Amino acid sequence: MSAPAHDPANEPATFTFTPENLERAKQIIAKYPEGRQASACMPLLDLAQRQNAGWVSRATMDAVADLLGMPRIRVYEVATFYTMYNKTPVGKHVIQVCTTTPCWLRGSDDVVHACERKLGIGVGETTDDGEFTLREVECSGACVNAPVVQIGDDYYEDVSPELMEKIIDALKRGEIPKPGSQIGRQSSEPVGGPTTLKAFTTTQAD
Amino acid sequence: MLRDEDRIFTNLYGFQSFGLDAAKKRGDWDNTKALIEKGKEWIIEQVKESGLRGRGGAGFSTGMKWSFMPKNVTDKPVYLVINADEGEPGTCKDRDILRHDPHKLIEGCLIAGFAIGASACYIYIRGEFYNEGSNVQRAIDEAYAAGLIGKNACGTGYDYDIYIHRGAGAYICGEETALIESIEGKKGQPRNKPPFPAQAGLYSCPTTVNNVESIAVVPTILRRGAAWFAGLGRPKNTGTKLFCISGHVNKPCNVEEEMGIPLKELIEKHAGGVRGGWDNLLAIIPGGSSVPLLPKSICDTVLMDFDSLREVRSGLGTAAVIVMDKSTDVVKAIARLSQFYAHESCGQCTPCREGTGWMNRIMQRMVTGNARVEEIDMLLDVTKQIEGHTICALGDAAAWPIQGLFRHFRPEVERRIHEYRNAAKSLAAE
Repeated sequence: MSAPAHDPANEPATFTFTPENLERAKQIIAKYPEGRQASACMPLLDLAQRQNAGWVSRATMDAVADLLGMPRIRVYEVATFYTMYNKTPVGKHVIQVCTTTPCWLRGSDDVVHACERKLGIGVGETTDDGEFTLREVECSGACVNAPVVQIGDDYYEDVSPELMEKIIDALKRGEIPKPGSQIGRQSSEPVGGPTTLKAFTTTQAD
Repeated sequence: MLRDEDRIFTNLYGFQSFGLDAAKKRGDWDNTKALIEKGKEWIIEQVKESGLRGRGGAGFSTGMKWSFMPKNVTDKPVYLVINADEGEPGTCKDRDILRHDPHKLIEGCLIAGFAIGASACYIYIRGEFYNEGSNVQRAIDEAYAAGLIGKNACGTGYDYDIYIHRGAGAYICGEETALIESIEGKKGQPRNKPPFPAQAGLYSCPTTVNNVESIAVVPTILRRGAAWFAGLGRPKNTGTKLFCISGHVNKPCNVEEEMGIPLKELIEKHAGGVRGGWDNLLAIIPGGSSVPLLPKSICDTVLMDFDSLREVRSGLGTAAVIVMDKSTDVVKAIARLSQFYAHESCGQCTPCREGTGWMNRIMQRMVTGNARVEEIDMLLDVTKQIEGHTICALGDAAAWPIQGLFRHFRPEVERRIHEYRNAAKSLAAE
């Protein structure tokens, strides 16, 4: 079952940065030259989204615009241009399966289907309990560890339908499964160990 | 095969720490002051002599690009911008530099920034690379604390700041002027050129935009000498290169190899060979999704460098090798890329905005054969109307994979169309 569609008329009317986030916002703005505070628009939208359960409401965009002294429409433009800003509420866990060609060649369609079966929702939907949102995304940029699934800020790599089901089970139990390769690779080296740089495969004492 | 002694990214796989102490043991930040004190001209000349060509896809001479920057600018800031918006399908090499070897990048940023007279550097990291960006930020913090960057960087008297700017999910921001727009807090839509960024880039100030790998190799080139780097590979195609081998190979991986390595050798030595053996190979996209695919007959012998791949009407691009074995529905593989470009078009130029969607819709029909044979030529004609008629190269990048498909696999698409029509006819006759 998927959650009902978002109703823009029922969005929260206000949004206020927490004092901690307001402090962080000031640090972010300071990274850019004076008079160029509009550059902080993207990082502040991200900050607002993280504070606001993973999505940017109209009120959060307005708060960013007002803080930066930008016309609100400029912030709406940015928020709607970039795919990582969620304009509607999302689940606690946003599962993003990459399905672009390198992942598709390694079976990403089956990973999507496994998620759909396991969660009982389709791509683009959120479960009724607000726990999971399922998405297909374009190239995640981890192609030698395909198929790749991003959950929150973490990449789960070398997944299969079976491993995907295990990951979802763990999330349902309230655990955070270990990100990275799910078949025991360190990172992007060939499975079974590198063909090069064998002297560098041990952690050096430092 | 490249010897380990000649590999630049010794912590490519992250078996060791990315932190400053470990990086120093690997040779980073070793008397950087002495390199800087040799002067701007020396640095730029060395990079030119090394033959280093940009590792982000276009393959333009890095030293040449730096020499286009105006000299002795005093009335406004000058910027170095690092393009870490890695998103070209098949490509995941910069990710390893960011998360496992960030100090190579940061040291490169300092040296390159000094060479072009920059006062600050922004590293633009794709938003999805959250953890990778955090590693870079930690490395930047370490470099500040150790006096390597910031005021009087490395004790040279040169003041230089490095900041991270995170993207938020837009492939187009890998285009350098879209990336600049994005840092300015706008939609990532490419600018008309001229003016080029060297004249008016970030905040209308002189700016150079370089790929992560291009900059991260610079300190090693200066330490080991331009002649060392130029001695690897072939003339005009020098040095080492990070290759990403994905798709139907037994052991997909990233690996640093010598430029010009035969494609077959690259796959068999490092990626465990093609699934089912070399004879089970159908086609390879040799340089990321934007370059035309190559059938097995060309893959048998082609070398992996800029000029060799251009000679066979493809390209080295980002050196992302996407392998497809004989089980692959090659039409669907390319149609999926058409879907990618339709999704990622920024919508600014009409030929791209309308054309990528149109090409995607036709390509999806070609997958099932639900098309007319004449539509193939119409589709190719449309790719030509998009190519070269847009502000940036995304339109070209959307056109080329389709052109490559029909150059090498046209009979397969025609077969599907005939099959589909025959099936429809026999249904009608029943």
